Amino acid sequence: MTQAAQNLAESEGNLIVLAGVPLLADPRGALYWAEQGLLVVADLHLEKGSSFAARGQLLPPYDTATTLARLSHLIADYAPHCIVALGDSFHDGGGPARLGDSDRESLRIMQRGREWIWITGNHDPEPADGIGGSFTDVFIAGALTFRHLPSGATGEVSGHLHPVARISHRGRAVSRRCFAADNTRMVMPAFGSFTGGLNVRDAAFADLFGTLAFTAHLLGDSRVYSFAARRCLPD
Amino acid sequence: MEPARDLFDTSPALPDVFARWFASRGWQPRLHQLELLAKAKAGRSVLLIAPTGGGKTLAGFLPTLVELSERGLRPRNLKSTGRTLARSQGLHTLYISPLKALAVDIARNLEIPVQEMGLPVRVETRTGDTPTSKRQRQRRDPPDILLTTPEQLALLLASADAPYLFGTLRRVILDELHSLVTSKRGDLLSLGLARLFVLSPQFTTIGLSATVAEPDELCRFLVPQPLSGEARADLVVAQAGAQPIVTMLDTEEHLPWAGHSARHALGEIYAHIKTHKTTLVFVNTRSQAEFLFQELWRANDDNLAIALHHGSLDVAQRRRVEDAMAAGKLRAVVCTSSLDLGVDWGDVDLVINVGAPKGSSRLLQRIGRSNHRLDEPSEAVLVPANRFEVLECRVAIDAVAENAQDTPPLRTGALDVLAQHILGRACGEPFLADQLYAEIRAAAPYSGLARSDFDATVDFVATGGYALKAYERFAKIRLGKDGRWRITHPRVAQRYRMNVGTIVEADMIKVRLVRSRRSGAVVPRGGRLLGEVEEYFIETLRLGDTFVFAGEILKYEALVEDEVYVSRSDATDPKVPAYEGGKFPLSTYLAARVRALLAKPDAWRALPDQVREWLEIQQWRSVLPKAGDLLVETFPRAAKYYLVCYPFEGRLAHQTLGMLLTRRLERARLRPLGFVANEYALAVWGLGDVALRIARSEVSLAQLFDEDMLGDDLEAWLAESALMKRTFRSCAIIAGLIEKRFPGEEKSRRQLTISTDLVYDVLRKHQPDHILLRAARADAASGLLDIKRLGEMLSRIRGRIVHKALDHVSPLSVPVLLEIGRETVYGEASDTLLAEAADELIKEAMS
Repeated sequence: MTQAAQNLAESEGNLIVLAGVPLLADPRGALYWAEQGLLVVADLHLEKGSSFAARGQLLPPYDTATTLARLSHLIADYAPHCIVALGDSFHDGGGPARLGDSDRESLRIMQRGREWIWITGNHDPEPADGIGGSFTDVFIAGALTFRHLPSGATGEVSGHLHPVARISHRGRAVSRRCFAADNTRMVMPAFGSFTGGLNVRDAAFADLFGTLAFTAHLLGDSRVYSFAARRCLPD
Repeated sequence: MEPARDLFDTSPALPDVFARWFASRGWQPRLHQLELLAKAKAGRSVLLIAPTGGGKTLAGFLPTLVELSERGLRPRNLKSTGRTLARSQGLHTLYISPLKALAVDIARNLEIPVQEMGLPVRVETRTGDTPTSKRQRQRRDPPDILLTTPEQLALLLASADAPYLFGTLRRVILDELHSLVTSKRGDLLSLGLARLFVLSPQFTTIGLSATVAEPDELCRFLVPQPLSGEARADLVVAQAGAQPIVTMLDTEEHLPWAGHSARHALGEIYAHIKTHKTTLVFVNTRSQAEFLFQELWRANDDNLAIALHHGSLDVAQRRRVEDAMAAGKLRAVVCTSSLDLGVDWGDVDLVINVGAPKGSSRLLQRIGRSNHRLDEPSEAVLVPANRFEVLECRVAIDAVAENAQDTPPLRTGALDVLAQHILGRACGEPFLADQLYAEIRAAAPYSGLARSDFDATVDFVATGGYALKAYERFAKIRLGKDGRWRITHPRVAQRYRMNVGTIVEADMIKVRLVRSRRSGAVVPRGGRLLGEVEEYFIETLRLGDTFVFAGEILKYEALVEDEVYVSRSDATDPKVPAYEGGKFPLSTYLAARVRALLAKPDAWRALPDQVREWLEIQQWRSVLPKAGDLLVETFPRAAKYYLVCYPFEGRLAHQTLGMLLTRRLERARLRPLGFVANEYALAVWGLGDVALRIARSEVSLAQLFDEDMLGDDLEAWLAESALMKRTFRSCAIIAGLIEKRFPGEEKSRRQLTISTDLVYDVLRKHQPDHILLRAARADAASGLLDIKRLGEMLSRIRGRIVHKALDHVSPLSVPVLLEIGRETVYGEASDTLLAEAADELIKEAMS
């Protein structure tokens, strides 16, 4: 672990305990389980730009490279044994085939010497060729279950919802991606460069957590900031 | 009739039928009408500058009506349209107005001479409201005169039958040209004109405009520009009306130090309304309009018919007010710039301008809304809402007396609009790049367009213009073997048509009135539509909050899909909507005059006592700078150190200065905490003692205010600036990178799955010279960030900074300091804010 990661780990504010398991919430939008050497990222939505382009909106083709570069920094910092991509790793089923050569190469380099688990998502329900790693719908490790769609089960880490929270203070509002979690389950922020978000005050979150008794851990520049969901503004 | 002909004996006589018609109305053709007619007859394009009420519109149409009447009944194509026999020789005149309502109204007014003289002329409008069947018929069988808007022209040009439709065109009339050319709509219009010049080389143009600072620029707009040098339309200037009588309200009340409500002058405003027949009360923002309207009704013991009009109100509601106004049923209308332009509404005998006039031309146009009889003077009263506004009103009155104009210079055509136009051209018919480039350079705003920029824009339209050539197979337009660019699929044209136009409003959300609900009960659906408010405003509200809108105090009940549901509230302390709309900056010209006034104590005699005393105390306590100098005051207050400067360059430029200055103060370890800007001044405060550091020569004001802040500091700030991202978003939408609407689904931005902020970040990192980033930077120079004006100010004050180190607050600084807490304290939404909010919670929990 690099010094930067070490500092994050030692700062208590970044620690989230889920079903008794201490997890490090990295403000860059990833989750690190030190005990298992496991790095988790959700909703990469790779090739989203080209997916839009195919449908007539010529968004910049740089999103995949940007997302992968951010991921490689995290990997360099934590040197994890295993990486879990929590589903919707590609924006659509054709994404893996559209992946550019240099992006494919950087993915290969990141995978070298470690396990890589692609969890299937609603955008990418089928295993794909040419992107390495292994494919599964659900991954269970110790007390935790990793899957794309949140079900609300105990010890579940999921994605899909792209949580975003809005805080207002002194007449100004800040909106950031966030981890939404209580003591037993968590929804991770989307990691992809082109992914938008859903406000944690949306009914989807209240349904999942039962009430508003969960916490939004907002991604700051160098740490996460935790606020009770009730304190967050709706859209 | 006779005297006019004597005065202008080269003019062709009006045909008898026209002469008789003028006489039957008791009118006499005005000199400028005849002059315009003569020039048009000689095949010249003309710019007519005339005050409101000068018979400007009639002057514009007169040449067309005369030509059409002389064309007589030489039927070429006889067509049965069912009931009557119609005759069509194709479209003769195209009239373009910035307002849909204006086009509709002019059509109605044109029917009067057409019918009374029995002219064989068919007049029709084409707006967003025109039914599809009529639009299709208009293409097959066009009227003689078509009245429309710039967007509709773009749509017509993007169709395959444009050459047929416009091939017969003889004249284009551009109304309210002074207002059109200041925006991207003007760019779009200029490109449409350039296309028309090719489709129909024989037509001429008539521009109708209020008085502007540089009429020559508008004259260029009206004719195709040659490859080198410039061409201009002829200029006809109508005789000015009587000099308006403009006064400043000499209030008996205490003049506020800050704020924009003019609450102190309510009684006096009401008294003016009472003693006049019909009063237009102009304000600068929609929230001011809402506030003033509320307060006037509170004072309205006589139950006078006072109405409200602003751009966010529902269209039907606005139309009702306009109709009541025209029918003479209203005593007063509180309005924003929504009534700056347009049709004449009844007999307005007084204009009251509440708040800062902002610009001389703008004020003159507003004053012109009253009294449309040229020989009688218009009457206007200026009501300053605070002390600085008194100074601004004073110099505005002098400027109006001199008829001084300060309209902005002609724009350089924007690249995002060019992108939209290029796609539209391909939707019309395949084009050759060389030909299109030549065609576009005929448009005055684009006459200096570099070939490389044109090519880059074509590349953007085709495949996004990315250095990484990944999208060839997704191209929207493609170069064919014949050397022509054509669209790759009919769907491209369909989507172009759904997204045409350059008006990108802040995201608006509809407001519906419902009955109040008990807590927990389901909100009833439906309800009357009140209008629209900015989405971000709603985002700052919590359920149950109250605010003033559409003249009522409303309670926020629910957000249902794309609409806000509200109920009537009896709250007495509502939150007022903080609309962005209508925040024009103070014109450079008036700013210079205000600085000159401050520097000349002799001239203070013309100011109200309260204001004069204020300035005298300032002179005694601190100093009033010479006209070209920048005064910087520093003083300690409540454990913080303040730096206040007075550039008078408008809030937008001051905000940008504030952002950049705080970065520099940060680097100088002066620990700035925040800043606030108003139209006249900027105040920054922090924990470091600036005066002390200056005294020790550790910090220099000259360096702090050096122009080089517009280099790296600006770049670094732009990377994260929310204003810049908003600017980029509107460029991305206009250029067609982001589509607001898709065929078959009327999606709004709320459901857009891609955020332009993310696109901005990615693009900035990977291709900082991308054409859309360049377009956004060009906009930032004059738009929300007003960087150009800041740059000019920094260069103006070089070597002319006057520093006063004080031991307490100066009188001049009070107004801007009072904005703290009232105005948003700027600083981009940041981690600091989150950290503070988090700390506050901890404090609450621990205490």
